[in-house]
Amino acid sequence: MIHFVLLISRQGKVRLTKWYSPYTQKERSKVIRELSGVILSRAPKLCNFVEWRGHKVVYKRYASLYFCMCIDDTDNELEVLEMIHHFVEILDRYFGSVCELDLIFNFHKAYYILDELLIAGELQESSKKTVARLIAAQDSLVETAKEEASSLSNIIAQATK
Amino acid sequence: MGSQGGFGQSKEFLDLIKSIGEARSKAEEDRIVIREIETLKRRISEPDIPKRKMKEYIIRLLYVEMLGHDASFGYIHAVKMTHDDNLLSKRTGYLAVTLFLNDDHDLIILIVNTIQKDLKSDNYLVVCAALNAVCRLINEETIPAVLPLIVELLSHGKEAVRKKAVMALHSFYRKSPSSVSHLVSNFRKRLCDNDPGVMGATLCPLFDLINDDPNPYKDLVVSFVSILKQVAEHRLPKSYDYHQMPAPFVQIKLLKILALLGSGDKPSSEHMYTVIGDIIRKGDSSSNIGNAILYESIRTVSSIHSNAKLLEAAADVIAKFLKSDSHNLKYMGIDALGRLIKLSPLIAEQHQLAVIDCLEDPDDTLKRKTFELLYKMTKSSNVEVIVDRMIEYMISISDDHYKTYIASRCVELAEQFAPSNHWFIQTMNKVFEHAGDLVNIKVAHNLMRLIAEGFGEDDDAAYSQLRSSAVESYLRIIGEPKLPSVFLQVICWVLGEYGTADGKHSASYITGKLCDMAEAYSNDEIVKAYAITALTKIYAFEIAAGRKVDMLSECQSLVEELLASHSTDLQQRAYELQAVIGLDARAVEAILPHDASCEDIEVDKNLSFLNGYIQQSIESGAMPYISENERSGMVNTSNFRSHDQQESGQHGLRFEAYEVPKAPVPSKVTPVSLSSTTDLVPVPESLYARETQQISSVGLASDTGSSELKLRLDGVQKKWGKPTYSSPASSSNSTSQNPVNGVTKVDVATTINSKARDSYDSRKQQNEIDPEKQKLAASLFGGSTKTERRTSTSSKGPKASAADRPQDSKAASVPNKASGEKTNQVQQPPPQDLLDLGEPTVTAAPPAVDPFMQLEGLLDSSNSSAVTNSGGAVANAPDIMGLYRGTTSSEQSGGGGYNPASGDNLNLLSELSNAAAVRGTTGATIVSPLSPSVKGANAKDSLEKDAKVRQMGVTPTSQNPNLFRDLLG
Repeated sequence: MIHFVLLISRQGKVRLTKWYSPYTQKERSKVIRELSGVILSRAPKLCNFVEWRGHKVVYKRYASLYFCMCIDDTDNELEVLEMIHHFVEILDRYFGSVCELDLIFNFHKAYYILDELLIAGELQESSKKTVARLIAAQDSLVETAKEEASSLSNIIAQATK
Repeated sequence: MGSQGGFGQSKEFLDLIKSIGEARSKAEEDRIVIREIETLKRRISEPDIPKRKMKEYIIRLLYVEMLGHDASFGYIHAVKMTHDDNLLSKRTGYLAVTLFLNDDHDLIILIVNTIQKDLKSDNYLVVCAALNAVCRLINEETIPAVLPLIVELLSHGKEAVRKKAVMALHSFYRKSPSSVSHLVSNFRKRLCDNDPGVMGATLCPLFDLINDDPNPYKDLVVSFVSILKQVAEHRLPKSYDYHQMPAPFVQIKLLKILALLGSGDKPSSEHMYTVIGDIIRKGDSSSNIGNAILYESIRTVSSIHSNAKLLEAAADVIAKFLKSDSHNLKYMGIDALGRLIKLSPLIAEQHQLAVIDCLEDPDDTLKRKTFELLYKMTKSSNVEVIVDRMIEYMISISDDHYKTYIASRCVELAEQFAPSNHWFIQTMNKVFEHAGDLVNIKVAHNLMRLIAEGFGEDDDAAYSQLRSSAVESYLRIIGEPKLPSVFLQVICWVLGEYGTADGKHSASYITGKLCDMAEAYSNDEIVKAYAITALTKIYAFEIAAGRKVDMLSECQSLVEELLASHSTDLQQRAYELQAVIGLDARAVEAILPHDASCEDIEVDKNLSFLNGYIQQSIESGAMPYISENERSGMVNTSNFRSHDQQESGQHGLRFEAYEVPKAPVPSKVTPVSLSSTTDLVPVPESLYARETQQISSVGLASDTGSSELKLRLDGVQKKWGKPTYSSPASSSNSTSQNPVNGVTKVDVATTINSKARDSYDSRKQQNEIDPEKQKLAASLFGGSTKTERRTSTSSKGPKASAADRPQDSKAASVPNKASGEKTNQVQQPPPQDLLDLGEPTVTAAPPAVDPFMQLEGLLDSSNSSAVTNSGGAVANAPDIMGLYRGTTSSEQSGGGGYNPASGDNLNLLSELSNAAAVRGTTGATIVSPLSPSVKGANAKDSLEKDAKVRQMGVTPTSQNPNLFRDLLG
């Protein structure tokens, strides 16, 4: 089972956190502090796994962003590594060449996507297409709402289309 | 897709994110966040906030909380938002509550009602949003409130809903297994759902169920095997492919389940051999996901009833893993080796050098995994080397958690395999000295017992030798500063019991040492208590032996000090000491007999020795004892308590709406859980089982099995097949060739000579490093090969390498060849880098300064590496620039006021340089490895993104390319 998902930048800034096991706010901060210390200081080319308090943390660096997942001792690390990649590919497809900035400003969207991918700490859907379709269905509702609001960014989006 | 890349938030929020990004220290960031919290607190409680604003506030709260601050003041607003009718708000509300609340939060109770309503909604998106929340928020207490609704959703028309419903039930099972135990048949049914996604999701709860008790699911083995076979044969829709692998995540889950079902069950395992063999044989070891499946297969092979062929195949895979250049694969290889070693202990030998390399690797993760392996293969012949290594590592690390762990491992191994008493004591001393405060107190007690009882030898001489070597070593260690308390306790106890036993040390010497200790650690009361008791014992032994006791003055003062101690325990011990000293030899002998620490003391719980006294009292007219139960008048308390429990169960929370007050239809109000079961039509299990088998074989095939899917198989195999591994494989396991997995094997006998000659030059220098390693290898692995290898540690390099192949009777004649191969094995890893797909090429080292700092500064046309990209990008540029110009102009006219950088900046000149920067971005996207068809769109996306970002005052300068860098680029 995945206990939490953590996205941290090279500078140690938190970009996304999702907790599937109960942690208090205090514990969360502690976990983030500890793990970013451990993971950011690891040299490249080493294992993408860290054993940590009886759990294992699988992480992978994409550009300046570290994607980390904490899993049980009995889980398959390579599989989780690919789950991370799977997630990134879905993000990439959604945002169109996703970069860190997308996730900084649209972190809530990243959450929605993650919710379609993982649920209760398990992979619920392994088809990229299905995830994309569900997110699109949700977004289409958002779109209509936005048009009513006629926000500026919408105009720009229209103009560049 | 443009709208998705946009940032629909207000300027205020964007500014917040930006200023956080620019914060130079954690303190500054905290200040900003605290200010934001103040603002939000004020705003959020204003009346009549428009929905859109409110939604943004909630998202800002999320942001604040994500940064580690407390946003609990806003939780209630998030809860309120879930009540909203608008799906958009509802979705935000649900997202927020799932992120804010744990399932034990008080506010959950306010959401349950909404969830109930939403689960019944006819909009499947609403249902999905509610199900997401269910998985996170519904706790044991509230499960009954939603359970019937969720069971209904299992047959919902939309597969997304069915899938989430299954996952919700899974989360219930985790929280309270009994709550869904009656629903197992539903899981079986979902296993043959038309939608592969639902089927895949169903594997999660089934895995847990089978993990808890595999027996009721043995009938599913055939179904699982057939599903796995079909998945592996590309029968699922193509959208489930991942990097050309057919539904790998499903495969892995299935393999895990098979491992559970086949464990210790020969008939079940026999069903699996073929499919697992196929998967391993076809396994693609050039991609990460392929290796994940291979690794999982090994785990399955090691768990089910063993099969020689599969074990051999697994051993080959492990060899590949260990020889790989990738640390990840080595790690997996070591782990797999640890699993297989139980079944075929000899397998580790051919990998001894690889294992030692891993042990000496600078990567801690790999090292720890290797220790794990060593732990599993420890024998009395290699325990010394292994435990020494472990202790060495234990001393070098500062991670308390792991230190504790490895310390207990050392203790365990030492107790189990210790070759000599002396070594054992030495080892324990080292463990206690360096990790004394971390080891469990039980370990200390164990050690004391071991010293008292010995290792079970009947030999008295060995006993006393063990003890006196312990005493000697403790007397030596005692002088070291700052010993852990637990260790001191052991020392005190041992000195007290055995300090004077062998007559080498006088009582006054030992007591002096004990007093020194009590003084040096004067604020540790436990140590002082141990010390004073030890003193008592020594004096007692002296008196019993008929010698005259004279107390050292320092002991005297210690006792006096303790007599007046605040701790009653210490006081009592001191008084006892005084009392004992005053007694004669016979009495002392009875109180503290010599060497009696292992005698059992019998405790008479019934206090039968008082019987006479009681009898006497009763005869003289005292009241007989009345037991507590009788006194309080309760005949049977246990009965009463269970009744009480039942009562409270019925008083639990109820989540159904109150009924419409109807005319008396009595006894309709059954407990919730009962009513839920009646909703289900109970179907006999066996029926489902049969159904499962049929449908899973037919359903999946008919659903997806169009002929073109099958065709893919060949192409894929060719493309991803065997390539890179053949050469290293051939150089290594020359002794173990197996015809079964002939894929990568080359006949070694012919190639080996040339190989050896080829690497002759490099071998020479290699040989200089090798002996050290080989020595280690010999001492680690040597013990198992042959019994004649007695002097393992002292053996020379070449000889050690010969241990690899015990058949070679004349080890001396082939040492060169053997070691040459060894070096080959280490030297020639597969050429390509398996896992570094997404690893950044580190052209730009991460900026030491925060990238946001430079964002504000205006453009820098020298957009480093990206501009030098392909010519294709340049050719595209004019078009793109045109597009871009369109953007900027419309932006100028439409929203100049909005733009923090204001319109002035966007003159023609800067626009030009903009274009250069933009070209950089597009260039980057064009080389991105994604499928070519999307490239055009991507380029446009990045343009839009760029435009938007710029508009907010964030500028892609060359110093911070990272933020703009494609994550997958």
